[in-house]
Amino acid sequence: MTAATPTTDTAPRPDLPWHQGGAAGRALRALRTPGGAVFVLVAVLLVAVIAANPNFGEPGSLIRFIGRTAPVAIAAMGQYFVIVSGEFDLSMAAVVSMQVVIAGNFIGQEEARIIPGLLLMLALGALVGIVNGLATTILKVPSFIVTLGTMLALSGLVFYLTGGAATGNPVDTFRQIGRGGIRDVPVLEIIPYPAIILLVLAVAAVWLMRRPFGRTLVAVGDNPEAVRLSGSATWWLKTRAFILSSLAATVAGIILVGYAGVHPSVGQGYEFTAITAVVIGGVVLGGGRGWVLSAAAGAFALELLFTLLNFVGVASTWRDTVQGVIIIVAVAAGARAWAAGQRRQTRSTPQTTQQNQPTTQGDA
Amino acid sequence: MRTTRIGGAVAAMSALALLAACSTDASLDDPSVTESAEDPGAEEGAEGEGEGEADGEADESDSDEWFVQADYDTQDEQRSATFEGDPATPWLQYIDGEMTDTSEFASEGAKKVCFANASISNPWRQTGWITMNEQLGVLQESGVISEMETRDAQDDDNTQIADIDYFIAEGNCDAFVISPNSTAAITPAVERACDTGLPVVVFDRGVDTDCATTFIHPIGGYAWGIDTAEFLSENLSEGDKVVALRILPGVDVLEHRWAAAERIFEENGIEAVDYFTGADPAEIKNILSDELATGEVQGVWMDAGDGAVAAIEAFEDAGQDYPVMTGEDEMSFLRKWEDTGLTGLAPVYSNFQWRTPLLAVEMIFAGEEVPTEWVLPQVPITEDERADFLAANEGMPDGHYAKFGGEDLPGYPQTWQDRVIP
Repeated sequence: MTAATPTTDTAPRPDLPWHQGGAAGRALRALRTPGGAVFVLVAVLLVAVIAANPNFGEPGSLIRFIGRTAPVAIAAMGQYFVIVSGEFDLSMAAVVSMQVVIAGNFIGQEEARIIPGLLLMLALGALVGIVNGLATTILKVPSFIVTLGTMLALSGLVFYLTGGAATGNPVDTFRQIGRGGIRDVPVLEIIPYPAIILLVLAVAAVWLMRRPFGRTLVAVGDNPEAVRLSGSATWWLKTRAFILSSLAATVAGIILVGYAGVHPSVGQGYEFTAITAVVIGGVVLGGGRGWVLSAAAGAFALELLFTLLNFVGVASTWRDTVQGVIIIVAVAAGARAWAAGQRRQTRSTPQTTQQNQPTTQGDA
Repeated sequence: MRTTRIGGAVAAMSALALLAACSTDASLDDPSVTESAEDPGAEEGAEGEGEGEADGEADESDSDEWFVQADYDTQDEQRSATFEGDPATPWLQYIDGEMTDTSEFASEGAKKVCFANASISNPWRQTGWITMNEQLGVLQESGVISEMETRDAQDDDNTQIADIDYFIAEGNCDAFVISPNSTAAITPAVERACDTGLPVVVFDRGVDTDCATTFIHPIGGYAWGIDTAEFLSENLSEGDKVVALRILPGVDVLEHRWAAAERIFEENGIEAVDYFTGADPAEIKNILSDELATGEVQGVWMDAGDGAVAAIEAFEDAGQDYPVMTGEDEMSFLRKWEDTGLTGLAPVYSNFQWRTPLLAVEMIFAGEEVPTEWVLPQVPITEDERADFLAANEGMPDGHYAKFGGEDLPGYPQTWQDRVIP
């Protein structure tokens, strides 16, 4: 590390370690953290998938893949907000299912109901987030339990409302959000709307994490007591994280109902897929470390891995097993890697340790 | 350096996954596994009762393990067998065979029925459950049944064993109706129920004992596989590609459907690749999108019709011609089939079998003999019949099954349209 950053030896007042070595050096260093390595992992998996099936490398196929991974990536970014603040959101899948059913039953075949339907879905999504957040922060129930409860309650509600099967798919205009795209694009053929939604939300998420809200949110995951003493309302911070998570699940649901249609199994397992994606992205469970884009990249890594397993002929029944193992390995590897990174920096540039607070790493 | 560590981690977890998979595939009491397995219903179908004790326990790694030639031949014949009884009430029809003498059970008065249900966790079981309750109402009206106490095992073997033991110990039952969750695990509990000397009616999936008064089920999984694969083979040419969408491995009736179909595809030179989907439409769409990206697909085979619409949409989204396809008699598929005009067939896993157990209870207490193995008709819906079934089921929700057989029950059609789970 010292070799790559000669400035530390000569400069009278050393830069913050995170700003050393120029843009290239920073990028390189970033890739060596768990949150950066996931981008390398995505690249490696992509090459492997294309090697297994060259057709996948065509621009048209790639953009479609991005489109269909968008809901998972969006859910992962939502889950990121909650996890980085030190909590869990297990209710995501239930929110997705609920929104899918609402789209089928409320909007149905009436185009006039699309806008009210969307507003209703967003409002309900926010409401679930508020309930999760307040129960966790004000009632002090562990979020694991709160969101497990919300999950069960919503699943029961969905079952009651539908009798296990919605009346049918919502009107095709509405489904275009998840199914359609901008057509006749040169090279790509089509830009799926979900890919555009993902891009917009990713930019918004990065912006949000650079705002005071984002920085305090990471801090609250790292050391809630310090944040409380500094005068921030931790309950409101965390509640907003839960709202963002439920809204992300809502958007995922809106896309999925377009992509796949109404079915009780749509969204099933989304909470764990999102959590897996987040930990693959190097975000530390328990909060305080990790980047929001790494969570989205984690979703892509996961989907690429499943596609690869598919192409090389591994039965999809192993998916759950692979996912379970990934969670354990990624959490273990991530925690060790962050810790190792800290130790190394502490040894080589002791004078800068005080700046190397976790908050500085949570900025994108 | 960090990269290699993660690369190594991926390799390690793949290896671990290989190891772990060996020990997980039989996890029938995992809800996520069984949930989607229910639709097709009859685990063990005809085999459970007939002779197939061995195959229920067989290794699930290879479809050969799931293929028993004798059962295949039996079901192949049963497809064209003559059924006793009135075709207008197919739920009372049966193939002539051994009958159980029930004169010892003949008695007056309304009886209490205890029903141990595997689950109502999928559209097929929900539709049947609604029909069963309507049938119950009729029999309560006529004074045959006083009440039916139901315990829902929610796809869990242990729960169902406890349910059956509870019924035996303190249910105060006059008759047992059991829809087993899985074959081997529930067998001892069914035997204990038989030991009480009360009538036991088993339906849908089977168990490894013939102690039940009657075992009710449609023909079975091989028959489904033969019907569907022959249809696809007739409508495709040698060398064509079929994508087989399967719900999950290890459930015997599903395995039988595929084991039969796979053989027929092979004989006819049709290239068939199979995938497990968990009946998730998003997964189905991903799989077909990937397949369509790598080459042309001329046919789609499903071991259960749930999610068929997503499969068809994948062809629309990719801008390709519709495939020749087999789904199921679920309304969503019948409707999409009509809209698109594709060449298709709707195999049927007779949902009307949910009426039969309570009617069997009525016969048993009247002392009338019942078939020991009650094989119900299982006839696919062809394109020519589709319009009739669509008209007859107009207004029914997408998860409804066309051959539900409740048209003459008092709540028709409102109860099924509202689809309120009792």
